[in-house]
Amino acid sequence: MNTPIIQTAPPQPAKKPAAPVQKEDAMWLQKEMINRNYHELSVAHDQGRKICATFVPGNLNELVMCFDMARSLPETNALQNGMRKKSGKFIMDAERDGHSEDVCTYVKSDLGMMLNGNIGPTGEPLPSPDLLLLSYTGCFTFMKWFELIRQKYGCETTMLHVPYQGDGRISKNMRDYVVGQLKKTVIPALERVSGVKFDIDRLRQYMKESVKAEEDLVHVLQSAKNRPSPIDGYFGAVYYIGPIFTAFRGTPEATQYYAVLRGEIDERLRQGKGPITPDGELKEEKYRLVVEGPPNWTSFREFWKMFYDEGAVVVASTYSKVGGVYDFGFRHDPDHPLESLADYCLGCYTNLNFSQRIDMICRYMDEYQADGLLINSIKSCNSFSAGQLLILREVEKRTGRPAAFIESDLVDPRYFSAANIKNRLESYFQMIKQKRTAAAVH
Amino acid sequence: MSESAQAIVQRCQALYEDLHFEAVKAWKAAAPGRKAIGYMPVYVPCEIIHAAGMLPVGILGGGDQLEVIQGDAYYQSYICRIPRSTLEMGLTGRLDCLDGMLFPSICDVIRNLSGMWQVMFKDKYVKYVDVPQNYRDDVGGEFYIHEMRTLCDDLGALGGKPVTDEALRASIAVYNDNRRAVRELYAYRMAKPWQAPTSEVYLLLRAGMVLPPEEHTVLVRNYIAATDAVERPRRDNARVVLTGSFCEQPPLNLIRSIEMAGCYVVDDDYILALRWLLDDLPTVGNPLEELSKAFLHRSASTSSKYDEKREDKGRFLVESVRRSGAEGVIFAAPSFCDPALLERPMLQAVLAREKIPHTAFKYAENTGQMAPIREQAGTFADSIKLWSAA
Repeated sequence: MNTPIIQTAPPQPAKKPAAPVQKEDAMWLQKEMINRNYHELSVAHDQGRKICATFVPGNLNELVMCFDMARSLPETNALQNGMRKKSGKFIMDAERDGHSEDVCTYVKSDLGMMLNGNIGPTGEPLPSPDLLLLSYTGCFTFMKWFELIRQKYGCETTMLHVPYQGDGRISKNMRDYVVGQLKKTVIPALERVSGVKFDIDRLRQYMKESVKAEEDLVHVLQSAKNRPSPIDGYFGAVYYIGPIFTAFRGTPEATQYYAVLRGEIDERLRQGKGPITPDGELKEEKYRLVVEGPPNWTSFREFWKMFYDEGAVVVASTYSKVGGVYDFGFRHDPDHPLESLADYCLGCYTNLNFSQRIDMICRYMDEYQADGLLINSIKSCNSFSAGQLLILREVEKRTGRPAAFIESDLVDPRYFSAANIKNRLESYFQMIKQKRTAAAVH
Repeated sequence: MSESAQAIVQRCQALYEDLHFEAVKAWKAAAPGRKAIGYMPVYVPCEIIHAAGMLPVGILGGGDQLEVIQGDAYYQSYICRIPRSTLEMGLTGRLDCLDGMLFPSICDVIRNLSGMWQVMFKDKYVKYVDVPQNYRDDVGGEFYIHEMRTLCDDLGALGGKPVTDEALRASIAVYNDNRRAVRELYAYRMAKPWQAPTSEVYLLLRAGMVLPPEEHTVLVRNYIAATDAVERPRRDNARVVLTGSFCEQPPLNLIRSIEMAGCYVVDDDYILALRWLLDDLPTVGNPLEELSKAFLHRSASTSSKYDEKREDKGRFLVESVRRSGAEGVIFAAPSFCDPALLERPMLQAVLAREKIPHTAFKYAENTGQMAPIREQAGTFADSIKLWSAA
């Protein structure tokens, strides 16, 4: 390896505020990491670093790091703006600017943020990217999103087209196509924009770090197979996946983060404790659910509270696999780095076909001993949402366990109807309870 | 005695209204062992289906004639209508005459419908047709050729005889002729839109979704000759290009309403499958390579296709406006159509830069209220005429 990995000081847990919100230490740590990435982005150009914007599913973080580029993820920006209650205005500003009310609110939140001066979620300015790396995995909207912001930024764009697993498998042709694009299109673009020559050994080194973090993440997510589950595999998991799905996969900080997280969760498991919620530890696990679909971000805590107030724990979720499906064995492979990147991109959850998605959910229902499936259908996200009602029917048919359906949106507060969702959830929990009682009688 | 234009249009309308696909059934019944393969918008290489001895059948939803009951049970309110009515047709047996379905990579909804079809219609051949968004011959081209080869193998197995290069070359020749005829039709309408109203041109294109290409080619040419033989009144209408309707189709009444409101549609993006490849393909050499090269380098532009460069955005539309002598553009996109609606602001910005007037509305395939659309299109046409006068 010719080029050393840039090492930064390991992140320290942020100081816990006096606010009543309770989080695991690892949750504070990941918040600190995400905030620090925003700061690094804001000063990147001043420090002579180029910025690469890219997406979460199929992100090529290890590869981009080989070119010393800072990484910006527009979905994360939209998500963070949603959690900070900023996205509603951004979306309406984008609609006033001519964008349809029908389309993805992540896109409109991003465009609205640009219209408002491109100040990032943490309050620091987000400089224009130098390269838009359109790694287009599992969602056509990504393609239009970067075409839209390319019109504004005017910077170079490079596309990584990841074919869909229409036949439920990764063929050699698909893998070769992705690798061919990496070699002939993506890497040359990264070299051109960054001025740094590609070093495959550096990529291998980052991937070795990725594997450690992936192992620990899987261990943490699978801890939910225990009763009680020491984690919430949806609301809690979105914190756990933050570093590995974004700008940190392949870094020593991520490795350290996942080691800390694993230690914490193992300790909770040893003590027989339930998950930490914003209102403290969940004392009694009454319902175990599998959830399909992303969460709502604008009312995230309110949404979560509807679950833990009823003693409901999400033991597995598909959303926590959107930036990589690791729990069925995939790991980045330093010995075959480009092929491994291809397999990673091809294997992200929304790039799986329907049979694979249904199989995966049924497997979770079984392995995590779930009482039922809940689908949170997101208006913005056709990639997830189109066809979810068939998933619901098929999973009910195959598992014999009840499924329920609620609707909300990612970052558009206009589409989060708390009373409606709460009513449905309460009815659903009631139904599970009745089924349980009936089963006990028979 | 040759058929009148009216008779040809009536025949096309009957084909358009037949949601039981009797024409397809009749074609299959004419010889034992015949098979038909459905495909959804925007584009699949129909030459491969044809070379396999099968009938390519374009499936464009149920339009405004189909009551969707079962299909609605599979979709949330914020999903467009074409997958619902297509499922409705499948679940009610209307598509039983099809031996397989191809789902091209156009958007997430159609992509997911491919998987739903696999789950719901297990006895049918189902294929998601991924087309490359990388336009290098040695990258996207190689991928696409391999995908087409897989389709050839699959259809060869389904039909019981391999798809040969010779058969592919012959099919390319057939489709070259069909595309030529459709280009002639579009050129004719561009020159004399009063002689070939878009409501008629559209029905002719729809006939190409269920007829064998050889028969459709003849029909199109007969129509051009027949309509040219009888003068129709010319009106002082605004010449417009219509864009955004490449997948879910507008009801026929909507097309008529735009014309009645004072617009001559001189170019559009209806039924792009028939016009996707822009020129003749060589009928010698490696046929899959030629199909690939045509797709990568000489094909239409639409919002489901990636524009490699910023300056490419809108170029195809502006060229269409210039070539057709259009005075404005109407964006007519289906509600909840991600590709069309995400694309629209970019195209509008290009048109604004080029000083090309435009207006926009949304529809669904079962839109029934035409008055607002007629008023909007009429106002747009009037404003164009007023500007022209100034």
